[in-house]
Amino acid sequence: MHDAILHLTVNNTSPLPSWNVFDDLAALFHYDFMVHAFEAGTIVAIVAGVIGYFVVLRGSAFAAHALSHIGFAGATGAVVIGIDPVFGLLGFTVVAGAAIGALGSRLRGRDVTIGIVLAWALGLGVLFISLYSGYATEAYALLFGAILGISASDVTVTLVAGVISLACVAALYRPLLFSSVDEELASAKGVPVIALSMAFMVILAVAVTEAVQVVGVLLIFALVVTPAAIAVRFTSRPARAILIGVALALVFTWLGLAIAFYSPHPVSFFITSLAFATYVAVRIAELARSWALRRASA
Amino acid sequence: MILGRLSPAAGRLEVFGRAPLRGNPAIGYVPQRSSFDPEVSMRGRDFVGLGVDGHRWGVRLTGRKRAREASASSIEAVGAVSYADRPLGRLSGGEQQRLLLAQALVGDPRLLLMDEPLSYLDVRNQGAIVQLISQISRRRNLTVVLIAHDVNPLLPYIDHVLFVAAGKVAMGTPAEIITSERLTEIYSTPVEVIKDRRGRTFVVGLEEEASHPHA
Repeated sequence: MHDAILHLTVNNTSPLPSWNVFDDLAALFHYDFMVHAFEAGTIVAIVAGVIGYFVVLRGSAFAAHALSHIGFAGATGAVVIGIDPVFGLLGFTVVAGAAIGALGSRLRGRDVTIGIVLAWALGLGVLFISLYSGYATEAYALLFGAILGISASDVTVTLVAGVISLACVAALYRPLLFSSVDEELASAKGVPVIALSMAFMVILAVAVTEAVQVVGVLLIFALVVTPAAIAVRFTSRPARAILIGVALALVFTWLGLAIAFYSPHPVSFFITSLAFATYVAVRIAELARSWALRRASA
Repeated sequence: MILGRLSPAAGRLEVFGRAPLRGNPAIGYVPQRSSFDPEVSMRGRDFVGLGVDGHRWGVRLTGRKRAREASASSIEAVGAVSYADRPLGRLSGGEQQRLLLAQALVGDPRLLLMDEPLSYLDVRNQGAIVQLISQISRRRNLTVVLIAHDVNPLLPYIDHVLFVAAGKVAMGTPAEIITSERLTEIYSTPVEVIKDRRGRTFVVGLEEEASHPHA
């Protein structure tokens, strides 16, 4: 499943872009692996953009990060016992997600507990890699993503999981929003906040599992957290913030894939760099604006 | 217990003639809180809108207009129009408290429960919020049950007081209860009730921990 990335990085023969956009796009989609990468990347970006908004609103970015690391242990464990790493990833993140969710929506102050579990999970992951000495590539793909190695059947699985995740978010939308802003109040209004928190973390676990395919365990922040974190700086309306987050995640993924196609460097690097650069640019623009306002009023 | 989140250890409780019910629309609730996290990016208007139907499943498909109007009129009633479109986390404590109040009022409740709405506010905001609550309760014929450590900002407006301290309970009109003798007895610590030249009443010498009246 991860052979393509190996070829690209080892052979180091990247096509050169022409200045004709249509030719370039045709070249891009000439290869099946690029088509699959775009398909999977698009699905993952949409799901990550939507769920990322709630992650940011609930202040559970660290929990999202931790989930992916815990998933790493599951994925490497699955490789050792000879099953598809995706199942190990999904199993571990779902169980860990439900456990973190049971703590309640406000995870602030739980960072230490989550961090301790995270470190142990990574340790387990290292053990599993050493037990399965055959393939360092497998571990590399999990850590940093292997979107160029995605097969047509992977795309189908991603699509099904993505549609289910989004349907769940839509079904929970209002009470989830309510309990994300004020858990106490939502609970007084009859919202089952703990069950909701667990349900959300399980949805997040599925989304994280999907996003790992694109950017890998270590770089999950770039797709799940960064687009939403930028979006909430533009608008305070939930629906708009979600749309902006999705749009940003899509742009990062598409551009990252397109640039990587014409360069010898990994896709994950370009996606994370685009996300980071945009975030920095937005923060600088904000600083400049408030500085200008202060000068104008002084 | 009134909200239906706890059941009484003994006895029976009725709210408006019925057993307590979680999410009772006849009750507005303002929980105790320090302030929203500065990262909470949702605007006040949407937060107040969640008071209308935030407990319902799914996305808001029907009743958009009704929800929008209800939250707009509630925001107007508490005088929060000028900052209702800014992110909640960026607002001051007094502004957040007003929006919490708007959220509690949005369903036209008959009873308003407020847990320490005045802590974390400065003196000026304390006065303004108390005045606002009093105005709204009279205009809407709304019963307000309010918990506070510090009774002083409330004294000009309250009809009944219930003191709970160290297992002792006293209830009555402020004139009956707020006297040096009664309060000293309730708190088992010297408490003095003072009247100033303008006829305002002040309670002094209360130990913060000892004076936690519960609704």
